[in-house]
Amino acid sequence: MKVALFVPCYVDQFYPQVAIATLEVLEKQGVTVVYPTRQTCCGQPMANSGFEHLATGCNENFVESFADCDYIVSPSGSCVLHIKDHLHVDGAEEKTASIRQRTYELVEFLTDVLQVKTLTSRFPHRVGLHQSCHGQRGLKLSQMSELVAPPFSKTGQLLGLVEGLELVQLNRADECCGFGGTFCVAEEAVSVKMGKDRVADHQAHGAAFITGNDMSCLMHLDGILRRQNSPTKIVHVAEILNAW
Amino acid sequence: MRSTPTSQALPSTPHTATVDELTTRFETTLTGIGGNVVRVFSWHEIMEYIRGTFTSAQRIISAVPALDLPAAVTPADPHSFEDVDLVVLEPYFGVAENGAAWLTDSRMPDRALPFIAQHIALVLRVQDLVPTMQEAYARIGSEQYELGTFIAGPSKTADIEQSLVLGAHGPKSMTVFLLQLS
Amino acid sequence: MVSPSHPRQDHATLAEKFNRDEARVDWHDKTLWFIREKRDRAARTLPEWEDLREAASQIKNRVLDNLRDYLLQFEAQAQRNGVTVHWAANAEEHNQIVHRIIQQAGVTNIVKSKSMLTEECHLNDYLQEKGITVVDTDLGERIVQLAGESPSHIVLPCIHWKKEEIGELFHKHLGTPAGNADPKFLTGAAREHLRQRFMTSRVAITGVNFAVAETGEVVVCTNEGNADLGVQLADVHIACMGIEKIIPERKDLGIFLRLLARSATGQPVTTYSSHFRRPRVGQTMHIVLVDNGRSARLQEESFRNALKCIRCGACMNTCPVYRRSGGHSYHYAIAGPIGAILAPALDMKQHADLPFASTLCGSCTHVCPVKINIHEQLYDWRQVLARQGYVGGVKKLGLMGMAAVLARPRIYRWSGALGRWFMKHMPALVNNRLNPWYKQREMPAVPRQSFQEWYRQNRQQHGQQR
Repeated sequence: MKVALFVPCYVDQFYPQVAIATLEVLEKQGVTVVYPTRQTCCGQPMANSGFEHLATGCNENFVESFADCDYIVSPSGSCVLHIKDHLHVDGAEEKTASIRQRTYELVEFLTDVLQVKTLTSRFPHRVGLHQSCHGQRGLKLSQMSELVAPPFSKTGQLLGLVEGLELVQLNRADECCGFGGTFCVAEEAVSVKMGKDRVADHQAHGAAFITGNDMSCLMHLDGILRRQNSPTKIVHVAEILNAW
Repeated sequence: MRSTPTSQALPSTPHTATVDELTTRFETTLTGIGGNVVRVFSWHEIMEYIRGTFTSAQRIISAVPALDLPAAVTPADPHSFEDVDLVVLEPYFGVAENGAAWLTDSRMPDRALPFIAQHIALVLRVQDLVPTMQEAYARIGSEQYELGTFIAGPSKTADIEQSLVLGAHGPKSMTVFLLQLS
Repeated sequence: MVSPSHPRQDHATLAEKFNRDEARVDWHDKTLWFIREKRDRAARTLPEWEDLREAASQIKNRVLDNLRDYLLQFEAQAQRNGVTVHWAANAEEHNQIVHRIIQQAGVTNIVKSKSMLTEECHLNDYLQEKGITVVDTDLGERIVQLAGESPSHIVLPCIHWKKEEIGELFHKHLGTPAGNADPKFLTGAAREHLRQRFMTSRVAITGVNFAVAETGEVVVCTNEGNADLGVQLADVHIACMGIEKIIPERKDLGIFLRLLARSATGQPVTTYSSHFRRPRVGQTMHIVLVDNGRSARLQEESFRNALKCIRCGACMNTCPVYRRSGGHSYHYAIAGPIGAILAPALDMKQHADLPFASTLCGSCTHVCPVKINIHEQLYDWRQVLARQGYVGGVKKLGLMGMAAVLARPRIYRWSGALGRWFMKHMPALVNNRLNPWYKQREMPAVPRQSFQEWYRQNRQQHGQQR
């Protein structure tokens, strides 16, 4: 099995440790991981702002980078969802369809494809799980509170395998943090207020760490936590799964 | 235009329940939304309750022949019912899931009465309870009423800071007599 | 009635103003979240909830597929019931029709129960100009009307008002004692005040929740009983509806009435669900069917199913942006996520900001009782608006630059490294007041190297390169 690692642009630039953890978690599962070095971005920043048509070059580059592998795995629910929903290159419909189908967010790859039942990781802390919307409602990594349907959580399932980790309950289990791509600057006031409210929920329940499947949401929450000089830290779920 | 499904995919959940279950559900639900449910076993009990409860009612109008209460003189100007303190009506059936009762113009001496009176009381036989709105419409069928209405509790509003206040524009209270004749 | 802001500011600006009083934002957010939770509890009492949503969605799809036929069937049935049916191509025609009926009745004072369609058409303003006084009889609508505002929520028109402020307003307009802010007392005062209007008004306007093609009847749902009281005490009933309010058969109401109130407020049903089929003896009844852009929308594959909306407001209550920006920040009769996909269809230029007033979190889509894909339509509107040139030049330039970089791996690597170097060595370049991120958030800490750089250093020599 050959897995290509897809590292979102902002993770590459600002959170290399998350990509490294993702790579190592996969390798620990005995997977051969390659990293196509010409990759840049999924194109979501342009598309979510209404400029899907400007993302052509970005999309072509993505297809070129990831055409040849069994699976594409990424530590970001949002970027994966964007690929799955919107990757499109004129004249390469078959290729893009195949890529869309082979692209997985890290957690769902571990639970659904590798069917991981045990982990050798340890993270003895109180942790709050931020359910990023695109991963949750888009990729269905966990059940959303809006539906009358049985609960499940793929991320929660993996965190349950981590030694010492204590998952805290939240008042609002799956409210958006307010990052929202360019929303976070275009609607700065509401974005920050949403983030502050999310952070407060985790803090009220004594979380020492806030984790999640999307570094973008966590980056936003981290910006707020650090401005507050809060002792609460953010940590990507890949880093927890890779911790010992 | 586009393909049209020939048959409608309505959930065909069989809502079966016993009279007791329906009665309890109706009572719990209606009480929860501000209605007042009184279980009675005779017409006499209803009269007793009305006499004992609506003591200051000056003008009572009833459209329930079995009760010894004044009927409306109709036709009349609907505005003339403004001073009615209590109207007593007999709906066709009640709905257990939401505490609503179904009335049509044929059970209203005047169409304004259920809405203009200060208080409303309904007499509902326990065997006339259906589980959900889906059975309710099955029961209504293609009836040719002029006005039909489901009423579930007193008129109410929560427009001021979500504080529930009973008696917005219509009746301030609704009493449902669940009648079980032996 | 005046719109909350002239000249119009965009959603972000109005939302920023709303957020200057954080305690009020918290109050607004919690009040609406409480309703979302009530909705959840109500939905969970029905194990068949998701099947009901699917059924409602399918019925509405069928309506949209056959709208013309159902409308004609409805018209014929309503006429058979002794109802006069009017067709209005747009808001202007609707207002003229309503005005003409009122003129024929020879009155200058009328009562109106809640109708989002008449808000959409600005009927009150129109009639006011013609010398006709409209009294909104829904308590929440009456409150905003007395205040000279428009509703901030389609189900809870004055959800942004505190009881103390309503006490003040009633003191000024209804002569209630100063300082009395008890909801029960204030509701009682409004009851007295509006009773007089009901008793003297000979024309009553209502909205329509559902119009049944099979029977020609219209269904109006209220908790207060204001629609019923208005109609039953009037000589003329005018029911105003958008053409999408049609449902095929009476039995379909069994599905919609199970969903509507539970989705809206978490109640099992509204207090009154009245089916108006024939006017009372001596009364006349009119139904005004309004298009106002709807049939054009029907032709647009991406946006047509916004017409399935039954106006429950659940998408507003769940929307984390709506809860923290208030209904007036949407500067349209229908606020929140559904408003943000309806408004641009009417006027793209005026409402180009609204599809961007969302994080695309998708909560709206999944509370929607008729399964409108609201967040996907928000995304699709963004594409349309950008292509048609309604997205700001600065944003466009920035994204064009970004797209150019992200399409070229070498330039991407180079500019990433350059950017990180500047952030590390000249943090004032980004940590300043011109950067909206930095205003209330710290920038991410800058790592020594990117993952690519790390990978080249640590892994590539092992031949794991593609």
